[in-house]
Amino acid sequence: MKFDPTKEAAMELAQEAVKRGASAAEVIIRKRTEFAVGVRLGEVEKLKQSTDQGLGLRVLSEGRQASVSGSDFSRGAVLSLLDEAITLARATSPDDSMYLPEPADFARTIPDLDLYDEAIEALTTEEKIEMALRAERAAQGYSDSIINFDGGGLDSSNGTIILANSLGFAGEYSATSLSIAAVPVATDGIRMQRDYWYDVRRKLRDMDSPEEIGVLAAKRTVRKLNGKPVPTQDVPVVLEPNMARDIVGDIFRAVSGESIFRKSSFLVGQLGERIASPNVTVIDDATLKSELGSRPFDDEGLPTRRTTVVRNGVLENYLLNTYTGRKLGMKSTGNAGRGLVGAPTVESGNLYIEPGPHSPEEIIKSVSKGFYITELIGFGVNIVTGDYSRSAAGIWIENGELTFPVQGVTIAGNLKDMLNSIEMIGNDLDFRGSVVSPTLLIGRMTIGA
Amino acid sequence: MTGGVERFPVGKIIMDNDAIKFFLSRFGLTTGQIDELLATALARGGDYADLYFEYRVGNGVNIEEQIIKSAVKSVVQGVGVRVIIGDKTGYAYTDEIAYDTIRRAAETASHIARSGGTNQVVGVNATPNAQNLYPVETPVSSVELGRKIELLRNADKVARAYDRRIREVQSTVVDEMKYVMIATSDGRLVGDTQPLARFGISCIADDDGNLQVGRSGGGGRVGIDFFDETLTPEYFGNDAARQAIIQLEAVPTPAGKMEVVLGPGWPGIMLHEAVGHGLESDFNRKQSSAFSGLIGQRVASELCTVVDDGTIPGRRGSLNIDDEGQPTSHTVLIENGILRGFMSDYLNSGLMKAERTGNGRRQSYKHIPLPRMTNTFMLSGESTSDEIIRSVKRGLYAVQFGGGQVDITSGEFAFSASEAYLIEDGKITAPVKGATLRGTGPEALKKVTAVGNDLELDSGVGMCGKEGQTVPVGVGIPTIKISEMTVGGTQR
Repeated sequence: MKFDPTKEAAMELAQEAVKRGASAAEVIIRKRTEFAVGVRLGEVEKLKQSTDQGLGLRVLSEGRQASVSGSDFSRGAVLSLLDEAITLARATSPDDSMYLPEPADFARTIPDLDLYDEAIEALTTEEKIEMALRAERAAQGYSDSIINFDGGGLDSSNGTIILANSLGFAGEYSATSLSIAAVPVATDGIRMQRDYWYDVRRKLRDMDSPEEIGVLAAKRTVRKLNGKPVPTQDVPVVLEPNMARDIVGDIFRAVSGESIFRKSSFLVGQLGERIASPNVTVIDDATLKSELGSRPFDDEGLPTRRTTVVRNGVLENYLLNTYTGRKLGMKSTGNAGRGLVGAPTVESGNLYIEPGPHSPEEIIKSVSKGFYITELIGFGVNIVTGDYSRSAAGIWIENGELTFPVQGVTIAGNLKDMLNSIEMIGNDLDFRGSVVSPTLLIGRMTIGA
Repeated sequence: MTGGVERFPVGKIIMDNDAIKFFLSRFGLTTGQIDELLATALARGGDYADLYFEYRVGNGVNIEEQIIKSAVKSVVQGVGVRVIIGDKTGYAYTDEIAYDTIRRAAETASHIARSGGTNQVVGVNATPNAQNLYPVETPVSSVELGRKIELLRNADKVARAYDRRIREVQSTVVDEMKYVMIATSDGRLVGDTQPLARFGISCIADDDGNLQVGRSGGGGRVGIDFFDETLTPEYFGNDAARQAIIQLEAVPTPAGKMEVVLGPGWPGIMLHEAVGHGLESDFNRKQSSAFSGLIGQRVASELCTVVDDGTIPGRRGSLNIDDEGQPTSHTVLIENGILRGFMSDYLNSGLMKAERTGNGRRQSYKHIPLPRMTNTFMLSGESTSDEIIRSVKRGLYAVQFGGGQVDITSGEFAFSASEAYLIEDGKITAPVKGATLRGTGPEALKKVTAVGNDLELDSGVGMCGKEGQTVPVGVGIPTIKISEMTVGGTQR
């Protein structure tokens, strides 16, 4: 006999947990169908397609918690997992803050954020393969310097999330996504370079064409040829949107309740303080229609919302789930995330720096000598201290013009200084992902060469 | 459409392979059915097919704020079906291990082949593994929670007692037991039971608002006794707290080129990034790696011999068989500075007409195998670490790192120090803030001017990511001196 992956069954399972001795329980079910085609030199290289589903069950017992997950949906297996969870919970310690959200906090309505695209679902395998090949063809056609490809293709997925708990919340939503990428390789005769370009959206209509993706991938790759280091120096740095989004990701880790209550962030104790230039406003919004970071309720069942994280340079809100909120004496901001197994984490919705008034061209023109960064390598960002050190590549700016390609240098600084010296913000915000940014000009960083 | 499917009678099963027994009996499958599934995968054509069965139980428990905050258990199971024709791969999987669902997955995977290929199913024959690298008596997964909690409490106590400025301490014990069974169209039926455990701890030091972090951890394909006898929670607690406290005094790191000395063990991540990924055979077959075409050429100083070895007992990166059923091996990548070989999987070794090295790995049954590293390290040399440090007039001594990354086409790699010191006139002086070191793969090791006699492998914490798949790996290195590396500091 099988356990049905439905809202009703999830709710029933949560109630069953309570019957078997838990004080409360949450059930999450994830179903996903994925398709991936990898292409290379005009041919299909890899073709993958499958569906899977998983069940996660978290039980609480007077402040103790445990969670289990599995993919065997037979009734016997599910109930046995449940009993394991209840047993496991007994071994953990009671935690005052560890209980479900207040019933009044749960989402009452499940808004339709238009996350599902029939048009993506309707694409045939042949059509998807052709789209991937078109991107590669366009890249190849851009320049004779393109001699190879390393990766590139199309991924599509559709998934359903079901969440229910023993306090009566039950919700469900489905979402699709599509991504296309091209990864060309070029040579200058001595050294090879590779770069990439991509698009990823929930809706087919929002996607760049495969040709646009391929051509930009090739442009970026050819532009990297003959890159060389510049001497060690301090200069302004311009981050293209694809790089600037990493800074927004760093901001997320620093304002996440998980980092804050653990004192593992350079933004601990900084609520209400100026932490960035006055032109910087950072928004988290999971309610935007059809965007990648959107969902109608968070992974605890709370309604999602728009939160101003930073307003005109002042830190206004951390991003919190119920637990981290309680640890900090604050309310959840509807940012609970979770895997199948484990306690809720904190997850951003659509997190972005609000666009500014300047075109990227204006920003570059304003720099007499500086570094336009198009690639960052390494994970040298310490969120506890803000210390920042990564390897970088890009283009040297001289007298407001992009000149020669730069490669083989590091850039370093501290996020506290970097955020406070964001001098210009571009008008080029694009939701190509769930953590995004316009072009940013940072007044000064140290190049190591 | 040419080609039927050739089949031979079912071979005799040697039932001393527990994992094979586990899958066949638990899921009610026979070797005859496995042959049929392989034949289904090859029904449209293809050169090769395999089935990867996985059943994995994972556990985790953690302590934070001195309480046991959570306990988790996950059960993952499924089968991946792969079809190869030429250089193309078709793949599908199911999370339900039953004849019908696997058959549907095989039909899906079969679509990669339009026609052609040699489509032979030899008929599987179960064989035992030649290696037994983790004959663990008491796997951590089999131990009751209370015992693991004891480890956590011990580490927590030691870390907090180290210094009154240690504020936050969190530790975890994560363990798993993975059963795998691999059946191939060329007749293999092999299995393995793979234990894995890892202890991790991180501490925050707070000195009047100056916050710093220290991390430690270790484990491997080991039993619970590892944490009593080899690397104890007390050791981890002390190590993490020590690093956090040292960082309180750290000064800004210089920016620019410096002579760099790497300490033994985890700093071997440099090799993983500088040459490891670049020597995976897929990139070299496709000629997209900076090392393509360099076999027989000098890519490092003659002091450097770098190997990838999946046969070291008990290591996190070790495996009896890779995830394609091939025994792992000791592969010499660079010998006295000369590039000798690549790490290969089934597909690429076939296409390059090279020996298989047992480096075909996958994150799970949902993933396509790729050439991946196992334990990658440099062999010991002649110098002592004291000699090496004394020989440096002004340089950086880096002993602990976070992670790293590489672009295998340009060869640009970077890895980030989390514990490093200045060397001034041959002496280790001030601790410096973490900074990224960078280099170019085929050039960086040419600047190795001394290699110590103190090779160490890391403590058992490595995770390697490639094309969205993570696998556990090991790294290692003796103390080495590099005449010049770019240091990404802020001090000019």
